[in-house]
Amino acid sequence: MTVSSVPTTRLIPGPRFSRFLRCAFGILLCVSFGLASEGVAQEASTSPPTDFSPGDATSQPNIFSPVSTPAEVVEDLSWLVLAVTACIFFVVFAVLTITIIRFRVRSGDDDREPPQIYGSNPIELAWTVVPILIVAVLTLVTVRSLYALDKKEPPEGSLEVIVVGHQWWWEFRYPELGIITANELHVPVDRVTFLRLASADVVHSFWVPELAGKTDVVPNRLNHMWIEPHKTGLFVGQCAEFCGTQHANMLLRVEVQAEEDFAAWVANQQKPAREDPSVAEGRETFQQIACINCHNSEGTVATGVFGPDLTHLMSRETIGSGSVLLTPENLHEWVKNPQQFKDGCLMPDMQLEPHQVDSITRYLLSLD
Amino acid sequence: MASSDITPDASPPRSPFMDWARGWMTTVDHKRLGVMYISSALLFFVVGGLEASAMRAQLSWSQLDLMEPGTFNTLFTMHGTTMVFLVGMPMLFGFANYLIPLMIGSRDLAFPRLNAVGFWIFFFSGCLLYYSSVGGEALYGLAGMPDVGWFAYAPLTAINYSPGNGPDYWLLFVLVGGIGSLATALNVVVTVATMRCEGMTPLRMPLLVWMISVACGLVLIAMPPLSAASIMMLFDRHFGSHFFDTQGGGSAVFWQHLFWFFGHPEVYILVLPGFAIVSEIIPVFSRKAIFGYPMMVAASVCIGVVAMGVWVHHMFTVGLTAGMNSFFAASTMIIAVPTGIKIFNWIGTMYGGRLHLKMPMLCCVAFLFQFLCAGLTGIMLAIAPFDFQLSDSYFVVAHFHFVLIGGLLFAIFGGLYYWFPKATGRMLGEKLGRWHFWLFLIGFNVTFGFMHIPGAMGMPRRIYTYQADRGWEIWNVISSAGVVLQAAGVCCLLVNIIRSARKGAVAGDDPWDAWTLEWATTSPPPEYNFEKPPKVHSRRPLWDLKHPDDTDGAYE
Repeated sequence: MTVSSVPTTRLIPGPRFSRFLRCAFGILLCVSFGLASEGVAQEASTSPPTDFSPGDATSQPNIFSPVSTPAEVVEDLSWLVLAVTACIFFVVFAVLTITIIRFRVRSGDDDREPPQIYGSNPIELAWTVVPILIVAVLTLVTVRSLYALDKKEPPEGSLEVIVVGHQWWWEFRYPELGIITANELHVPVDRVTFLRLASADVVHSFWVPELAGKTDVVPNRLNHMWIEPHKTGLFVGQCAEFCGTQHANMLLRVEVQAEEDFAAWVANQQKPAREDPSVAEGRETFQQIACINCHNSEGTVATGVFGPDLTHLMSRETIGSGSVLLTPENLHEWVKNPQQFKDGCLMPDMQLEPHQVDSITRYLLSLD
Repeated sequence: MASSDITPDASPPRSPFMDWARGWMTTVDHKRLGVMYISSALLFFVVGGLEASAMRAQLSWSQLDLMEPGTFNTLFTMHGTTMVFLVGMPMLFGFANYLIPLMIGSRDLAFPRLNAVGFWIFFFSGCLLYYSSVGGEALYGLAGMPDVGWFAYAPLTAINYSPGNGPDYWLLFVLVGGIGSLATALNVVVTVATMRCEGMTPLRMPLLVWMISVACGLVLIAMPPLSAASIMMLFDRHFGSHFFDTQGGGSAVFWQHLFWFFGHPEVYILVLPGFAIVSEIIPVFSRKAIFGYPMMVAASVCIGVVAMGVWVHHMFTVGLTAGMNSFFAASTMIIAVPTGIKIFNWIGTMYGGRLHLKMPMLCCVAFLFQFLCAGLTGIMLAIAPFDFQLSDSYFVVAHFHFVLIGGLLFAIFGGLYYWFPKATGRMLGEKLGRWHFWLFLIGFNVTFGFMHIPGAMGMPRRIYTYQADRGWEIWNVISSAGVVLQAAGVCCLLVNIIRSARKGAVAGDDPWDAWTLEWATTSPPPEYNFEKPPKVHSRRPLWDLKHPDDTDGAYE
């Protein structure tokens, strides 16, 4: 008969087998909990500074270089989770590799069937209970972080901004300051900015990885999130929920500024619109054609709400929701036909005469 | 007597091809339908793969202009929809169809005609979906194919944001395909409940039967809400109702709940058959009984139950309360426990065995390593605050491709190599199989392993292009390069299947020296499956036959 083992070895695993598995789980348990407790202890301390050049338009987003409290909470938690999962990975990986190497059939092996082992209650109990414990620890830290991140109302001294998602750009309203701007959010450093999120059309999602995790911007629903940046500079992100043709170019720029710089920006935004007589022709053209249906520009008849507010257009660095650098040449091309930059965007090719494009561009360039 | 005259009508002679085609098209045989399910799934798999390759080409560097944004949106919508509904689920039903009656020793499924209806509904639903590329206004260049993502979030699908017919095709496809899925799932559940051979008690059924039954049970529960939701969406689009119409007071989040109440069980509907295949192959190629059979059954049922209470983890970022997020984070992590038990039991089965690393087993080993990675990134995503960062990024894309390719697809590859000899009577070539395996393995890990990184660097899903200054190019070009290897691997598989079906080595009834009932009949099995209804005394009836003095029954 091919099976030579005595029946008892079939019910109870061999001592080596059992010892090996117990060892493996012992190690798994110790390492994961050791690292878990270390991770929790480290949670209070700040993360090491990362190489990051603030203010540089080429700064790259990264969830592991947070500069704002909510993103830091997530990052601390994520190191703990990565440590635990890495331990599980290495232990299971090692056991699996050793098993394959040790028990694979080699040439010259006879074809006897190995001892049949049907299971083992203690071992199976162990590898049920240990994961339950790990899951319990992870659940507890998750719940704690969730509540730490949950601010329902703006705290004292915070700045409040209403974020409105549009296909495919962002509107920012500062109700306390009377400012409306687009695509480039300016916030003060070391202060909580409380964002109330609303959508004008479909679902979007506000995500600047270095500042906070994402929160969806859902029509007919008011969401909120908050950031508390500790570092000045430019932080980029973009819409993270598919919202139609130009979802890819619904980019976000958040300029974190020192209080005095922020105050200067606010003062500029609060200024009445500049009325430059030298661009009167462009201004007139702008008011006579369909631009005014969608755009708002203070001091003119343009009071549209479907497109970005143009009152202080030139105080921004980009157009096309962050996808095009705001230079006179780009602005000229944009006015001529925005579709060449952003194929499918809701601003149509207005079929303007060349002199209209020139004069409107000159007018827009005066809006600082 | 005239009334008993059964002489067929004289009919004109038909060509052999017509006879052959008619034979397949009118069959109600579960084995033929199983083969048809799997072949159609492979066909759609190639289509979905080509769609994915086109997307990877477009994303291989920043600001590429290989296609219009709308085309890219169509591609990812069709890719996701195809792979889930036209590859994953038909694979499940294909393996279920072919194997379950053989494994439980029955003549066919409980309702053979319903089975054929289910297949043809599925097949025509796929045709309907792809008909959108030429149907309606598509030929006039107006949004033909759906371009709203495979989860078709409201209100982007509302008539004012998607005026073309694309979403209509998608919704009708989901509705029609869902009916076919329900029919087949019901059939499988009833068959397992009522058609088992003598001695096949529930706790003697092969694990494949258990796991596929759980998956089919999930289909029965998860599909109706999606059908209801798609009807509601159609009403919104065409009859002026406001279920999801946010401008008329409807709720966008309501659609998300309905969709994910289907969508998350769907993940387990797809992956449980993978578990099922692996649970059959590993014991045979380790030459050992499965370790902890009762625990495996319990874990499968447990996964099925908990899978219905985790859907909100797809919605952690929609701004639900911290309490709700906590609940669903916990329930999601709990699923890791039974899933972990399965992985440990598979390793326990291999430990102390004699591992024959032939193609089916090789695929299962790859499955184990890759599914381990998928499970661990799954835990990261279950941590709700971590998910605030990772959700809807390329990290998620990498994660679920590790689940569905690294896990499910490798299991399906293993299943193809394992049961191909049973279905055709010929072995699926081992040599070309190794080429297929290694090319696909390396290609898959290159593409999706590196894809985690741009996700952590803030690259969202579903973007047709990206800015040059984000630092994502290098990772994307590596990901795209892996596609070439994967495509080469799939070509090897297809060539191998066609070649082996004609001139592969003759397999014999039981080429793997296996233990479940399907190997007790001929290869391919006769239409009636078994000459006499089999009678089983343990979980491994063929082990008992081969080792009469050392039968299994005593140890169960």
